[in-house]
Amino acid sequence: MSKARMSPLRSSFVHLALAGYTAVALFPVLLTIVNSFKDRNAIFRTPLAPPTANTFSLVGYETVLKQGDFVGYFQNSLIVTVISIFFVLLFGAMAAFALSEYRFRGNTMMGLYLAIGIMIPIRLGTVAILQGMVAAGLVNTLTALILVYTAQGLPLAIFILSEFMRTVSDDLKNAGRIDGLSEYAIFFRLVLPLIKPAMATVAVFTMIPIWNDLWFPLILAPGEATKTVTLGSQVFIGQFVTNWNAVLAALSLAIFPVLILYVIFSRQLIRGITAGAVK
Amino acid sequence: MGSLNLKSIRKAFGTHEVLKGIDLDVKDGEFVIFVGPSGCGKSTLLRVIAGLEDATSGSVQIDGLEVINTPPAKRGIAMVFQSYALYPHLTVKDNMGLGLKQMGAPRVEVDAKVAKASSMLSLEPYLARRPAELSGGQRQRVAIGRAIVREPKLFLFDEPLSNLDAALRVNTRIEIARLHRSLKATMIYVTHDQVEAMTLADKIVVLNAGQIEQVGSPMELYNKPANVFVAGFIGSPQMNFIEAGTLGDTNAKTIGIRPEHIVLSRESGDWKGKVIHVEHLGADTILYLETEVTGLLTVRLFGEHRYDVDDVVYATPDKMAMHRFGSDDRVLHGS
Repeated sequence: MSKARMSPLRSSFVHLALAGYTAVALFPVLLTIVNSFKDRNAIFRTPLAPPTANTFSLVGYETVLKQGDFVGYFQNSLIVTVISIFFVLLFGAMAAFALSEYRFRGNTMMGLYLAIGIMIPIRLGTVAILQGMVAAGLVNTLTALILVYTAQGLPLAIFILSEFMRTVSDDLKNAGRIDGLSEYAIFFRLVLPLIKPAMATVAVFTMIPIWNDLWFPLILAPGEATKTVTLGSQVFIGQFVTNWNAVLAALSLAIFPVLILYVIFSRQLIRGITAGAVK
Repeated sequence: MGSLNLKSIRKAFGTHEVLKGIDLDVKDGEFVIFVGPSGCGKSTLLRVIAGLEDATSGSVQIDGLEVINTPPAKRGIAMVFQSYALYPHLTVKDNMGLGLKQMGAPRVEVDAKVAKASSMLSLEPYLARRPAELSGGQRQRVAIGRAIVREPKLFLFDEPLSNLDAALRVNTRIEIARLHRSLKATMIYVTHDQVEAMTLADKIVVLNAGQIEQVGSPMELYNKPANVFVAGFIGSPQMNFIEAGTLGDTNAKTIGIRPEHIVLSRESGDWKGKVIHVEHLGADTILYLETEVTGLLTVRLFGEHRYDVDDVVYATPDKMAMHRFGSDDRVLHGS
């Protein structure tokens, strides 16, 4: 930021506000991680203190790793999240391309219909979804979750991506057509690389709710073999007794995969290769 | 090889008709320029020829073959776009070779043709670079190279110089003219810049509101404009239009006289007037007069002349160079 446009006083206020917000946002995460390394008494007596030699304990992590198949839960969560993101991006981008590129009867209506999904929560249809899954024999499978999450993520993806698709130069697509590229080649080889940053944004927006979701795993796939991390952590929260060590440890562990995915996508957010395509 | 026939091409977007029946013949090896104001349909017409837009009705023949249902890649055309439209993730070499590769040409052949085109355009040092690493002029040369490599029957240019700065525009214009001479290919070129049109074209097609106003060589359009629109569009500064009645001509509606066909004198002449603005361009001096008879009049004098605002001058038109237009705005022959 140049000094001409921003006085030091003003910029320090901005930084103060940003630092404050960062602290607020990171505090619960930090608290979770710090307390996951303490014994039960210390968690309650001095919840804000860092673990000392006396209070340090890995009992939470031991419990988590012993109880149930936690690695399996992680695997389930990752499979569901990654495959759902893949399908949301693939189908979302395809639908967005069709809506923004081709003129056909009912284009606007189709766009509206797809956008309605943003406003209506998919959970309203839980009962029908469950009935459907039972009828299709998909209860207690990861496929059920992937299908539901793909449907859940598509409306926003189509909405965001179709806006971005409109910004891709028509000349570039036409040049591809003259060079004999098929519509699929134009989509995959010309358009997709140019909207990578938008795809990364959509991926992040799609990923977080899927990873954190408790509702659909609980209803559609509560079986031991298909439990996700969020559902797996729930065994430590009882009606009368809650094993806080284990809950905190499980949550701390659950943060990292999603953090890694975020880092991967946020790299793409920054890396735009549009430069040089058109003036 | 390389002729083009358009028969009553119509194109409508919804109820809005953009092209209202275009008929045109382009002979093999001709350099034809579509020129006209924004929104006159010239780019749409080019896209119809390319196959990027479907015509609502009419026929497009390339080399005598009907191509209205042929996809762009199979029409034997190549197109250069205003925005270059290079593939950002491919190198210059791959950009130029992609079309041939898609057609299934063997690698050796593709390499040879790319090498030939890049030597014509002196692009050899840049073959391994990506478009982002090139300047605007180099990018447009790559786009032209991509067209050459395909060895098309028909080159289509869609305002290829509009994104370049003035100096580069002149250079690239010369390059395109040279290219046309050496390739002897048929070229169709769209522009709104009449200087480009006048300097490059064998034949200019003036379009307005979806219709062809006139087709002719640059000098034909300059010397014998068919109507008021063409007369006003070709030539810079614009032709002066004077109401015929004020000059005592009752047969015509409008009289046109080009600024360069008016002689100026401080002593005597046909129209007395006052200078209201002067533009000194070095090679030319352009004066704007307010005359008693004709109203606002533009006069172009060659070389440097010292006139000041509010000077009283007399303007005399060259009677032989006057254009007379009837009430339908079309030119009147014989007077």
